[in-house]
Amino acid sequence: MTSALGKDLLGLEPLSAEQIRLILDTAEPFKEISERAIKKVPALRGSTIVNLFFEPSTRTRVSFEFAEKRLSADTVNVAASGSSVSKGETLVDTARNLEAMRIDMVVMRHSASGAAQFLAERIESNVINAGDGTHEHPTQGLLDLLTLRDHFKELKGLRVCICGDVLHSRVARSNIWGLQKMGAEVAVCGPRSLLPHGIEQFGVQVFDRIEAAIEWAQALNVLRLQLERMTAGYIPSLREYNRVFGVTAERVARAPRELLILHPGPMNRGVEIDSTVADGPHSVILNQVTNGVAIRMAVLYLLAGGRPELAEAAKG
Amino acid sequence: MPQNSITLLDARAVDRTLKRMAGEIVEHNGGTHGLVLVGIQRRGVQLADRLSTLIGEREGETPPRGALDITLYRDDLQTIGPRPVVGKTELPLDIDGAQVVIIDDVLYTGRTVRAALDELADFGRPARIALAVLVDRGGRELPIHADIVGKRVDLPKDQRVDVLVHALDGKDAVILVTP
Repeated sequence: MTSALGKDLLGLEPLSAEQIRLILDTAEPFKEISERAIKKVPALRGSTIVNLFFEPSTRTRVSFEFAEKRLSADTVNVAASGSSVSKGETLVDTARNLEAMRIDMVVMRHSASGAAQFLAERIESNVINAGDGTHEHPTQGLLDLLTLRDHFKELKGLRVCICGDVLHSRVARSNIWGLQKMGAEVAVCGPRSLLPHGIEQFGVQVFDRIEAAIEWAQALNVLRLQLERMTAGYIPSLREYNRVFGVTAERVARAPRELLILHPGPMNRGVEIDSTVADGPHSVILNQVTNGVAIRMAVLYLLAGGRPELAEAAKG
Repeated sequence: MPQNSITLLDARAVDRTLKRMAGEIVEHNGGTHGLVLVGIQRRGVQLADRLSTLIGEREGETPPRGALDITLYRDDLQTIGPRPVVGKTELPLDIDGAQVVIIDDVLYTGRTVRAALDELADFGRPARIALAVLVDRGGRELPIHADIVGKRVDLPKDQRVDVLVHALDGKDAVILVTP
């Protein structure tokens, strides 16, 4: 059974612009379901979904779980700690054992880049990548696209700058691929030590100064600065990072046009973003979270479907 | 294979039929009190708009309208697959205690209406739910019947009824298509 998206959602890099647009368009009516008194439709009744999280996550896991429950799927959460994974079981064995219990989908977060694809090639269930290492986080990329489209109506020609730790960020990669496919212009801004070597080959512009990025962009996607990066020697100190690259109220105030602020969370207030900006009028950070549930419902719904070529026959 | 099309109702006949249905809806309900017209996406929504306006002209009171997209309540997702784009569901105010009339263009297997009843139940508890369709083409697979019918025809499986509405198709017509 293959859907309009194929068997799995592993990343935005393999998707076409048309497939991305289909997901965004499908997410629109799902927004309304979360506003109903009874936030539930029976579309995935009878489907069993395992949320397999090898890395800690609150937002993404809860968002997937709400999306699954609002579509009436049955869900099970497996965290790496406290499961057979901590006893040394391999990823494939864990998944095959789950599959032997007749599941339909696996949503997986893993610290290794490529883990989702590795799994998808070895099990029959649909696999949704909920973040694999520093590779991709497709549903986050999609919800960012949806939030930008909500505001600007059109992604084509939009100028978006991704700021901060691009090197370690799967969100950055999904954003770059997704935005470029939809015709947006993408730039990155951050200390050279946190930008991947050869980033220009992605076809993105590089800003060394956040002031220049703000002057250019219509939207900033501010990435989380993982605090352990400091001890690893990528940046001298958090204070210095904030002074040079922080998205502060003073800097945003000097923007020549309206500047939308996105952040995938969790935020380090006072490091990569100031509280006044995060809570300010240009911030759509909480809209991103709301859209996340709708996007994940759309992906689950589209992947769960059987053979679209028979859709005609179902009319009536 | 070329398709054979026969016009069952032309624009004037559709207009006459809708006017009669508007009258029957009011009669069936014993007035316009508590009346809510809920159209099923997509052409049912256009028909509900028209019927509501017609009732308003006759009775001096325009009943509120709603739209229902039943895509997510269908029972064939696993076998048939998702519809390309799911439409919007918008219901007016509170439907608890209302006299709801579901409006659709064509009644065939009854599965769409079954899904619509399930979806309405998730929004509230109407005092009564009735069904009005422009065309009943027979072929039911569920014990469902329409209270108000514009035109009744009995068609074999291989034939199809297309309802055209001005807002979406540029003209009003009901067409019988034989592939």
